[in-house]
Amino acid sequence: MPAFIHAFGMHVPERVVTNQEMAARIGRTAEWIESASGIRERRWADTETSVADLAVAAARDCLARAGMEASSLGLILVASGSARPGFPGPAAQVAAQLGLENTPAMDVPMASAGGLFGMAMAAQMAGHFGDVLVIGAEKMSAVIESGPLDPNTAMLFGDGAGAVLIGARPGRWEILDTVLHSDGHYRDDLKFDWSAPLHMNGLTVILQAARKLPSAIEEVLKRQNMGAGDVAAFLLHQANQNLLTRVAKALGVPAERLFSNVARYGNTSSASMLIAAAEWSQANPPAGSVVFSAFGAGFHWGALLARSV
Amino acid sequence: MPDLTRHERLLGVLKTVTAQPLPADDDESLFESGLLDSFALPDLVSALEQEFSIKVPDRDLNPRKFDSISRIETYLEDHAG
Repeated sequence: MPAFIHAFGMHVPERVVTNQEMAARIGRTAEWIESASGIRERRWADTETSVADLAVAAARDCLARAGMEASSLGLILVASGSARPGFPGPAAQVAAQLGLENTPAMDVPMASAGGLFGMAMAAQMAGHFGDVLVIGAEKMSAVIESGPLDPNTAMLFGDGAGAVLIGARPGRWEILDTVLHSDGHYRDDLKFDWSAPLHMNGLTVILQAARKLPSAIEEVLKRQNMGAGDVAAFLLHQANQNLLTRVAKALGVPAERLFSNVARYGNTSSASMLIAAAEWSQANPPAGSVVFSAFGAGFHWGALLARSV
Repeated sequence: MPDLTRHERLLGVLKTVTAQPLPADDDESLFESGLLDSFALPDLVSALEQEFSIKVPDRDLNPRKFDSISRIETYLEDHAG
């Protein structure tokens, strides 16, 4: 059964943490941070704001853009790698804050690839459940402040949430195909469990991401007899501008074809791709094909191809 | 002009990617010396694939395999024709 994207939504906290502020905390310069990541600032939530609070704000934005009420949802999927451990996860709180009492809500406890995996699952589940709201929500500031600040990782992350509404009824983009992959052999190269600071083996993470992102994109395009040149826009996990530039080069497309807002929000993990999609969709009419792609802790990675209707 | 040796071609790739003088010791870590960082490494692998007409499979994308001139040369000996 076909699945369609109806709308995107997003929310970021008001507080801007500039590179100057971050540089003073980690003992580096603002210029070094921007050179290493392309990031100029990120948003951090206050201590009272939870992952679920961020998710609900993005959900409301998405529902408003879709012109529908939460009560019409058939399923909610909430991806987050920074929600506090334990049960229930944030999905139950999100559903409750949206005023729902009987709608299934599931957690997808994944980090940077969570938004993409959620979209892929929603595309398959919409035929049974009806409209599926996928949310990626992260409070990465709590992760990096849970221990001593690591200069190489603390400067990367921001807080925020993105959302997308996917249904079986006709919408703005039809989801044509999806590829997902996981390789748990790399599970120790990027990990966080609240008992120790976030650990990232940057050499391995970037090397694998620089290869696997374009590979997944080319795989999903090849299955539909398409090439990267046929794609109007690439909406990727916003990890690092230097990585996005290399993915564009590997695909043989202009860097501008890969939408980027990492300079303003940093890496918001599972939320980043959906936040990028929300901003991109508000600035561009739904014309042509668009590819979503993400890579994250696990490693999990993949790509999703959609075409405007 | 005589054909360049594999070693000379490797040094040429490294000079292009790093844009810096290379270490005199072939066993010196390219990461610890600052010649390669996390973003130069994928560039190096791509340049090696192009120069030596090889495909480095994902399972070989281990930074340790590319940590020094001698380690890269060992990899090329095993995989380049």
